[in-house]
Amino acid sequence: MTSINLVENALLVSIQDDVTDTEIVELQDTLSNRIAKENVKGVILDISSLEIVDTFVGRVIAQLAGISKLLAAETYVVGMRPAVAVTLVELGMYLPETRTALSLTHALTQLRRA
Amino acid sequence: MPDPNETSSRPAVAEITLATSRDVVAARQAVARILKERGLSAVRITRFATAVSEITRNAIVHGGGGKISIYLDDRSEYLRVECRDEGPGIENVTLAMSDGYTTAGGLGRGLGGAKRLSHGFEVRSAPGKGTTVSMSVKL
Repeated sequence: MTSINLVENALLVSIQDDVTDTEIVELQDTLSNRIAKENVKGVILDISSLEIVDTFVGRVIAQLAGISKLLAAETYVVGMRPAVAVTLVELGMYLPETRTALSLTHALTQLRRA
Repeated sequence: MPDPNETSSRPAVAEITLATSRDVVAARQAVARILKERGLSAVRITRFATAVSEITRNAIVHGGGGKISIYLDDRSEYLRVECRDEGPGIENVTLAMSDGYTTAGGLGRGLGGAKRLSHGFEVRSAPGKGTTVSMSVKL
């Protein structure tokens, strides 16, 4: 199951590989409410469990980042597998509103400076 | 070189009914598992499993559900996935394959993207006759 945890000034979201379309839409809803309520500076999407990111999941990530930005939180994507990066480029998905960080530590370091 | 789209005399290795988004996950995981057993690299598995994910989701969203069948060709050189639905069909396949074309409010990159991520790719569809997508990956 996908989990949301508060880590320092950010919400850490771990997306699981077997996440369904329905769950990911619910995640948008839950996450946007928590960003507003908990006044966080960032959202860190951990996608290290995801074996694939197709156009649907890619679009959801882009939308999560867009929603976060409107609520004044930066979105970092961490843990993207190299094979997923290769495939996303081939699909023509560039996730414009997101920042990528190679690790959670890297994302948190950048958010502390924010 | 064998035609990856030719009908195999072998029975399907696996068949999965597509009704909900849970089945999209099951379909791509089944394909990934077979490719992993065959020793394909992570990039090649991810590319093809992503293509399967796109096509099976299309069958559910646009085709009202369907079925995938996974085949190995006679010489086990290709894995072929056939995805069938009985939905409204596609009027203009060429147009539907072009990037940016969408009828469901998506990004319109799914079908063309799936083609780029597959070795062999064929769409058979006509209005009112459903859609069959056959895609293959070299083993």
